[in-house]
Amino acid sequence: MATETTTRAKLRWGLLDVIVVVFALIPVLWIASLSFKTPATLTDGKFWPREWTLDNYRTIFDTDQFVRALANSIGIALIATLIAVVLGAMAAYAISRLDFPGKKLLVGVSLLIAMFPQVSLVSPLFEIERQLGLFDTWPGLILPYITFALPLAIYTLSAFFKQIPWDLEKAAKMDGATQGQAFRRVIAPLAAPGLFTTAILVFIFCWNDFLFAISLTSTERSRTVPVALSFFTGESQFEDPIGAICAAAVVITIPIILFVLFFQRRIVSGLTSGAVKG
Amino acid sequence: MADIVLDKVSKKFPDGTVAVQDVDLEIADGEFVILVGPSGCGKSTTLNMIAGLEDISSGELRIAGQRVNDKAPRDRDIAMVFQSYALYPNMTVRENMAFPLRLAKLDRATIDAKVDEAAKVLELTPLLDRKPANLSGGQRQRVAMGRAIVRQPKAFLMDEPLSNLDAKLRVQMRTVVSRLQKQLGTTTVYVTHDQTEAMTLGDRVVIMRGGAVQQVGPPQELYDHPRNLFVAGFIGSPSMNFLHAAVSEGRLRTALGDVAIGDRLRRQIEGADAPRELILGIRPEHFEDAELIDEETRRRGMEFDAPVDIVESMGSDKYVYFTVEGERATAAELEELAADAGAADFAGAGSSLVTRLSAESAVREGENRRVWFNLDKIHLFDPSTGRNLTLHEGRAAGALAD
Repeated sequence: MATETTTRAKLRWGLLDVIVVVFALIPVLWIASLSFKTPATLTDGKFWPREWTLDNYRTIFDTDQFVRALANSIGIALIATLIAVVLGAMAAYAISRLDFPGKKLLVGVSLLIAMFPQVSLVSPLFEIERQLGLFDTWPGLILPYITFALPLAIYTLSAFFKQIPWDLEKAAKMDGATQGQAFRRVIAPLAAPGLFTTAILVFIFCWNDFLFAISLTSTERSRTVPVALSFFTGESQFEDPIGAICAAAVVITIPIILFVLFFQRRIVSGLTSGAVKG
Repeated sequence: MADIVLDKVSKKFPDGTVAVQDVDLEIADGEFVILVGPSGCGKSTTLNMIAGLEDISSGELRIAGQRVNDKAPRDRDIAMVFQSYALYPNMTVRENMAFPLRLAKLDRATIDAKVDEAAKVLELTPLLDRKPANLSGGQRQRVAMGRAIVRQPKAFLMDEPLSNLDAKLRVQMRTVVSRLQKQLGTTTVYVTHDQTEAMTLGDRVVIMRGGAVQQVGPPQELYDHPRNLFVAGFIGSPSMNFLHAAVSEGRLRTALGDVAIGDRLRRQIEGADAPRELILGIRPEHFEDAELIDEETRRRGMEFDAPVDIVESMGSDKYVYFTVEGERATAAELEELAADAGAADFAGAGSSLVTRLSAESAVREGENRRVWFNLDKIHLFDPSTGRNLTLHEGRAAGALAD
């Protein structure tokens, strides 16, 4: 009786899972499929391409604008992620360990930033960056990215730091470590899963951003991929760039997948087990 | 190797609570001192101040004659064992023990030699390459000790190191700690809330309550000559019996009958501001089955009859619980002790008396039994101050002393 219920429950949940996965993946697979179609068969409405071609991929890598944008995207996202995670780790460590005046305010303000509608900041930022000469430069994008990624980083990281027993840090101090050594050699290795999780989230945020990227750039110098995609045109006015856009869309998902796969292996749970009691 | 001196050390938290108040303590080189008291008595805060993990609000702390108030923990050269062990989970046992040495920038060969030696002392050698997650509680405890002894510090601080072990292992580890301390001869300050640990381990015991030191002395002295009600009630298991005693016409009226008092005590309680109500304290082992007493001993005490509640035969003795009528002894100290034992809301009618009688006693549950108790060994306390009135120059003299 009991086993019957569990099998049925399993089936029901399995079915539900399949529906969700299919629902989420069909658009992605559709784009992948479009990217392999020839211009003639693009609109045939078939899920599997009748004629396979790699022409679309060749086209995008032949045009300088896409390769350049890809380099911009990778560079800007990596630098912004690195800075946000380092700053976020320091802030989160302070928030989780110390009781300082204005702590609640700091946390509140960072939450406020995260909730602030970004679209309302675009015009002022545009003006400010033009005045400062940051417009259409890498720092011009990195700075706002860090600003908006920091609250996210601080929140996730302080949750991770709070899980680490404080006794470990005291023990490190008793063992002769300075505050810095205690953080680097004892706390940071244990917070590694948190650091990687945060890095992934921040990277995805920077990588996917379209709003800032289109407003604060004007040339290939700093244009990122999501923006470059929107500027795609065919060879001529009459050529349909959809195939190329789809190919580019597939290409830009690859770094994210690699990034997640690479860091996911480090996100092992139970890293702190055995530290205290048991 | 060093002595530790606390000179009027106090800890006041920013919100105004005083955790430790004017603690004076001199710990000699190589001495094993236990800080004991109920939770919240300031013992852990005191230890953390010695360690340097808490700032000292006022007073002076000297280690080996040097003022260390403003020194960071790393500059005090003392090691600490935590209640939670606080092992670094990302390091193996060997790396855990080598960590303080690596921070001290010793060379690899020296580190290996020292770790191996410490591992041998604590029988950790086969476990050196394991991670803490794969160790049992007792093994983790030993690794924590190993990490402390490996760098031969000036002093060890231990914060309830055995309280997470199960009862049997705790007794076993108690002897390990004791032997290790004797072997190394390192000054040790040990915090515990378990009075058995305090009695068995220390050269001297410091009893704390509400941030203040109550009494300092060797375990036996605290047991025999408690300075106040709190110390008397805290030390000893089963704990001392407390009975209400009213002073009237040079005698004490108690639930066990009228107790005659000697001249010295009479002088003390006849003053104008002397309390009319006292608390009589007597330890379980100072009772005996009246049938087993010879005439000589009988004269030094008195007898009473009471119904037997429960008999617990321990083999070597019998713990016999009696119910006696009469008023319950009340004092702030006693309530605090009961709260700490978790028995505050567990109070039957009348007073319960715990006695430790000889194994030969034929006492049975339900019967009325005649019991003798030793008047030389009773203590009398002032309920308002908690002071032990039977104490003269630090020695308890009983009720009959002239």
